[in-house]
Amino acid sequence: MINRNDRPISAQALSAQTLLEARDLRLVLGKREVFNVPQFTLSTGQVVALVGPNGAGKTSLLLTLALLQHPSEGSIHFNGILSRRENTLQLRRQMAVVFQEPLLMEDTVLGNVLIGLRIRGVPAPVARERAQVWLERLGIAHLKNRSAIKLSGGEAQRVNLARAFALKPHVLFLDEPFSALDYPTRQALLEEIGEILSETKIATLFVTHDYTEVPYFSHSVLVMVGGRIIKNGSVTEIFGDVTVPRRIPAPWKVV
Amino acid sequence: MSVIGDGILQAGRLLISGDPEVLGITWRTLQITGTATLISMVIGIPVGVALAVRRFFGRWLMVSAVNFGMGLPPVVVGLFVWLLLFRYGPLSFLDLLYTPGAMIIAEVIIAFPVVAGFTLAAIQAINPKMRFQILALGANRWQFLLLLLREARLGLLAAIIAGFGAVISEVGAAMMVGGNIEGLTRVLTTTIDQEVSMGDFVLATALSIILLLLTFIVTAILTWYQQHRRQPQ
Repeated sequence: MINRNDRPISAQALSAQTLLEARDLRLVLGKREVFNVPQFTLSTGQVVALVGPNGAGKTSLLLTLALLQHPSEGSIHFNGILSRRENTLQLRRQMAVVFQEPLLMEDTVLGNVLIGLRIRGVPAPVARERAQVWLERLGIAHLKNRSAIKLSGGEAQRVNLARAFALKPHVLFLDEPFSALDYPTRQALLEEIGEILSETKIATLFVTHDYTEVPYFSHSVLVMVGGRIIKNGSVTEIFGDVTVPRRIPAPWKVV
Repeated sequence: MSVIGDGILQAGRLLISGDPEVLGITWRTLQITGTATLISMVIGIPVGVALAVRRFFGRWLMVSAVNFGMGLPPVVVGLFVWLLLFRYGPLSFLDLLYTPGAMIIAEVIIAFPVVAGFTLAAIQAINPKMRFQILALGANRWQFLLLLLREARLGLLAAIIAGFGAVISEVGAAMMVGGNIEGLTRVLTTTIDQEVSMGDFVLATALSIILLLLTFIVTAILTWYQQHRRQPQ
C-alpha cells in the first residue's frame, strides 16, 4: 500500500490557520445520543480522516460540521466566526460536501458541475471556465454534454468531485465517496484526489469506514465508535507502518 | 348503425361544421377546468412541498387530511359548496351560486388535494440525501425549493395531469353548484348528463368523444413535456 502523506504535519501546517473548530458538540435524536465530541479542529491544508464502523455517528458528525444539521449542544466556529442561524448560508458557501452517492441532478455533466457555481452567484463565464478546468482535471471533459443519469458509477462520482472542487471550497467534506466504487476505479480516484488535495491544500474531513483508504492522503486520524472519538493521532500512530504491505487491523478492534 | 358509430360520426360533423354551441361549451369547459387546475396548482404544490420538507406538530394529521381529500366524493363537495353559497348560506353575499365561479370553487376543492398529495409523494420519492446535497451546494431557501421542484418535475407533472383529470371528468358538483345553465355554466360533462336523461344517446356519445379528445390533447401535451424533459441530450 502506498502511503502518500504519512508524515508529521509540518511546522507550517501546524501553524496554519484553524478553519473549523467545534466544541462540546453533541447530537441527540430522541433518547439516543448520536455523538458527543468535546473538541474538533481542522486547519488549512490538513486532511483528517474520521474512521469507524457503520453506525458510529461519522456521517452525523460530518453533516453537523458542514452546517447541514443543527447539533443539540455545542458550537462550531468557521474561520473564527461562530456559526449561527443568520450566517449559516454564508459559511456553508465556503464549504463543499461529496457524499457516497453521486446525487447528480437530471442535467448534463456540465450542468451538474455548473449548478453549485450558479447557486453561489459565480459569473457565467468564470463558472464555465472553472467547470471546464475541473472536468479536464478529473478526466471527464469528453462527457460534458452527456446526460448525468447515463453515467457509470465511477464517472458519476468524478462529476460529483468536479462539482465540489469547482466551488473552490475552504473546507471539503468527503463522506465515504469511494465506497460504492469497484476496486480499480477506487484506487485511481484515491490517487487522483490525493494529488489534488496535496496541490490545493483544501482543509478536508474524510469520513470512511474502509480504513485502508486512510493512508492515501490523510494527515491525521480520528477513530469514532459509539459516537465518541476513542483514538486520535497520525496515520502511523494509529495504523503503524503502513508502507509495508500487510493486513491492517481495524483501529477500533485494537483499543 | 350503433349508437357509438353514430356518435362518432356526429362528433366529427359537430367539430368540422364548427357548431357554435358545442364549441362554446367546449371552450367554457376548458376555461373552467383550466382555471380550477391552475388554482389547485397554486395551492396544492406549496402545500405538498411544505408537508414533504417540514416537520411540525400536526403534520401527520394534515397528510391524512390531504390523502382523505384525494378521495372526496364530488357530489358531497358540490353539496357543501352549495350549502355555503345558497341564499341563506354563510357565503351567500358572494352571489356565486350557479356561476362558473361556484364551479371553479368546487373543482378546486376536488383537485387541490390531488395535486398536493401527488406533489408530496413526488418530493418524498427524491433521495433524502439530495436535500443535504442541494443545501451543501450553497442554496438559499428559494434555490433549495426550486431545485427540489426541478428534481421532482416528473411527479409534479403527474400531479397536474391527475388534478386536471379530476376536474374535467367531474359532473356531480358542477351540476349542483353550476346548474347547467345554457350559455353560462353548461360544460361538456353536464351537457352529456342532460342529453342522456333526455334520451339523445347519439348526441351524448358525440359530446363524450369531444370530451375524450379534449382530455387526451391536454394530457398528451403535459405528457410530452414530462417525457421530453426526462433526459437531457
